[in-house]
Amino acid sequence: MTVSTVAPATVEGGVGTSARRPDGILKVAGEFAYSSDLWADEMLWGATVRSPHPSAEIRAIDITAAVALPGVYAVLTAADVPGARHYGLEVVDQPVLAIDEVRYEGEPVAIVAADHPETARRAAARITVEYAVRAPVTDPEDALSRGDLVRHVPVRRFASAGGTALTADVVVTGTYEVGMQDQAFLGPESGLAVPAEDGGIDLFVATQWLHVDQKQVAACLGLPAEKVRLSLAGVGGAFGAREDLSMQVHASLLALHTGKPVKMVYGREESFFGHVHRHPARLSYEHGATRDGKLLYVKARIVLDGGAYTSSTPAVVANAATLGVGPYDVPTVVVEAYGVYTNNPPCGAMRGFGAVQACFAYESQMDKLAAEVGLDPVELRRRNAMTTGSVMPTGQLVHGPAPVADLLALVRDRPLPPAATGDPRERPGGVANTTRGEGVVRGVGYAIGIKNVCFSEGFDDFATARVRLSVVGGEPAVLVHTAAAEVGQGLVTVQAQIARTELGVTKVTVATADTSVGSAGSSSASRQTYMTGGAVRAACQAVKATVLARVGRAGELALVDGKVVASDGAVVASLVDLLGNDVVEETVEWRHKPTRPLDPVTGQGDAHVQYAFAAHRAVVDVDTELGLVRVVEIATAQDVGKAVNPQAVVGQIQGGTAQGLGLAVMEEVQVVDGVIRNPSFTDYLIPTILDMPPMAVDVLEMGDPDAPYGLRGVGEPPTISSTPAVVAAIRAATGRPLTRVPVRPEHIAL
Amino acid sequence: MRVTCVVNGETREADDVWPGESLLFVLRERLGLPGAKNACEQGECGSCTVYLDGQPVCACLVAAGQAQGRTVTTVEGLAPGSGEEQLDRVQRAFLATGAVQCGFCTPGLIVAVHDLLARDPAPSDPDIREALAGNLCRCTGYEKIMEAVRLAATS
Ligand code: FES
Ligand code: FES
Repeated sequence: MTVSTVAPATVEGGVGTSARRPDGILKVAGEFAYSSDLWADEMLWGATVRSPHPSAEIRAIDITAAVALPGVYAVLTAADVPGARHYGLEVVDQPVLAIDEVRYEGEPVAIVAADHPETARRAAARITVEYAVRAPVTDPEDALSRGDLVRHVPVRRFASAGGTALTADVVVTGTYEVGMQDQAFLGPESGLAVPAEDGGIDLFVATQWLHVDQKQVAACLGLPAEKVRLSLAGVGGAFGAREDLSMQVHASLLALHTGKPVKMVYGREESFFGHVHRHPARLSYEHGATRDGKLLYVKARIVLDGGAYTSSTPAVVANAATLGVGPYDVPTVVVEAYGVYTNNPPCGAMRGFGAVQACFAYESQMDKLAAEVGLDPVELRRRNAMTTGSVMPTGQLVHGPAPVADLLALVRDRPLPPAATGDPRERPGGVANTTRGEGVVRGVGYAIGIKNVCFSEGFDDFATARVRLSVVGGEPAVLVHTAAAEVGQGLVTVQAQIARTELGVTKVTVATADTSVGSAGSSSASRQTYMTGGAVRAACQAVKATVLARVGRAGELALVDGKVVASDGAVVASLVDLLGNDVVEETVEWRHKPTRPLDPVTGQGDAHVQYAFAAHRAVVDVDTELGLVRVVEIATAQDVGKAVNPQAVVGQIQGGTAQGLGLAVMEEVQVVDGVIRNPSFTDYLIPTILDMPPMAVDVLEMGDPDAPYGLRGVGEPPTISSTPAVVAAIRAATGRPLTRVPVRPEHIAL
Repeated sequence: MRVTCVVNGETREADDVWPGESLLFVLRERLGLPGAKNACEQGECGSCTVYLDGQPVCACLVAAGQAQGRTVTTVEGLAPGSGEEQLDRVQRAFLATGAVQCGFCTPGLIVAVHDLLARDPAPSDPDIREALAGNLCRCTGYEKIMEAVRLAATS
């Protein structure tokens, strides 16, 4: 770790330490209750009937045979939805259950509750739906020409007023494609809905944002929000796929209808239909530069396939547009980004959120430009690297540290891994490689990316925290309560660390997240340590102010090791004596500095809160005859502002890098005529431990003066640039153009 | 049907088992042992790994009836008691190295690593990767899992 500009005093288990996860022991012992582990007396099982067609009119639904099956308690269709029949994150357009038509394969049509999951599945199979099949719209360009537009975001910025001509000595163009990626969290969509005595519902689910679920579920059930109480059950990964609703309304409907608790657990195949995916994209770029490699302009057209419903496509389009030229100083930018509706599976949030697709294209272009002007790829990037004080294509000034050139230097200067040892397991394809490695060539590639942190474009983004200080068992103890979703990233750890640092108390408990406290916003956009971390810190500071006010001289006092301490180190009082039986509790709603909408014509505006950067160097061995790739090593350098938990930060960087590697060489939801061809872990491949190389990580801590502790969002940046770095390395080894990810053997060897 | 087997050292019975149920379902839903996980239920992820008569298996691929009269050990049965000191060395190593994020892969991996170290107390890195190739993890990128195995082997 390098210099920190914001250095809070290190407290045991506090900010800056690799404190252990409070849920760790339960998780290794197999006793942590995930959303699919829940159980209740008299519990029923739910199942979902889904459309086999990407586009069809529904002529009739016959549930008679299903209802007649012994053990079946309820069969519901759209007509049984008591409240709003549609839901959605921002745009309410997705039916709870299909109404008269289906718009994608896998769209829910009917739901069943039965006393055994197999009975529920059999009942579902006995429901007959008469469809009049329509030709699906599956080509995004067709959709665009038909006017099926979700959102168009233009970004136009010109070096000189009126200077709209795009000319340069060196021009490189390219068209790139990104396939549809799945988040592939391991814990399937699941949860338990329990009908309550007040006519409401208690819902235990795995989600990323309890309050946005609550709002949508309550509307669909026709209940006031206070009668729909959500608690976070154990979450087996998220990565964006739990932003939209899956089984929440369905299980609640069945529970209210039957008066019994209802559990729903998707199988892996159903999970591929049960959540949105990463938008597939087609991106055309033109980069103009001087002969010595200084960028003059970038022109881009980006089309993102949003699938059948809106989900978070509008925000994904804005990210692709505003981050579309990468972390570079570009005097003139003309970007047109579009999101469209098709009859393909709905797409929405996945780690990297619009920045991933753009990065593959602009980094491929930077390599092309480097080759064109005869520069080393790192040197070309460093010549154009943005820095503090740079201006984004939106006109937004980059205030905080932007160590783009430094991150590139860090990955470049790491020693390269040794040559392969000859162990057949180290060959591309492993022991399945039948050659002796004659055709294996090594390549090295680089990439860097940029990501916005927190919600953008004027969204009222806040988080709430309740912090309580009292004496428990003769010791000062802190209870932190928020609605923020722990999805594996370690947010519960971070909340406890912040409380320890702010209140000087070791014993900290983080309560289960639920809707009895105010919203924390979503565990997405790399925002939770910033936002809920900021809220917990603010609530702790409010508690501290109340406590110190009792002593007087608040400004000169600190809380250390359970004691009130004066500036000269003298102990003024112990918290145990000061508090006695009192409880000091404060709830704070905390906001980041406001952002502004983008101008709809020029795309100008201070739309983002914070920018984060990561750089990668990938080293690959490619069997040029078989088309097989083995990633030998990936080095990452990332600026995290302040590593609140260094071990967890490195874990995020490695895990994010792995997902980018997956997109580079193996992961794609294959959709043909609107139908998913590979909805299983047999056919949709995610990296195994054999596919992942050693990952070296350099963490920079250049504090952001606007952020709590100077921290910078960590989760997404590493996913963004690892994909283009791996592809650049394969290009270096093979000389192939490789304009599409994932790269397949036939792109290399044929 | 009724299924009787020894689970984590205790004889357990499950009644009214439908013949199509897997051992995983019986453990999770009938015997109150949800430690083995259900990430794919198609034999591809290893999250459901348990010992059956001492051999690691994907419990989702074992029909409940096949467990009749046999011995099953799940992740819940590896630690002799609760509390950190009582955990198995593999469990402690996963905690110490930060190999647990969401933790959904963790129970299966812990059983698989427990088995690996019983067979090979000092595995090389390629041996570790080979042994764990059937256990998917989506969160960690496996680096800290490698660290955990190396640490467990030396502790
Ligand atoms: S749940 Fe058994 S292998 Fe995935
Ligand atoms: S820790 Fe989440 S899948 Fe491994």
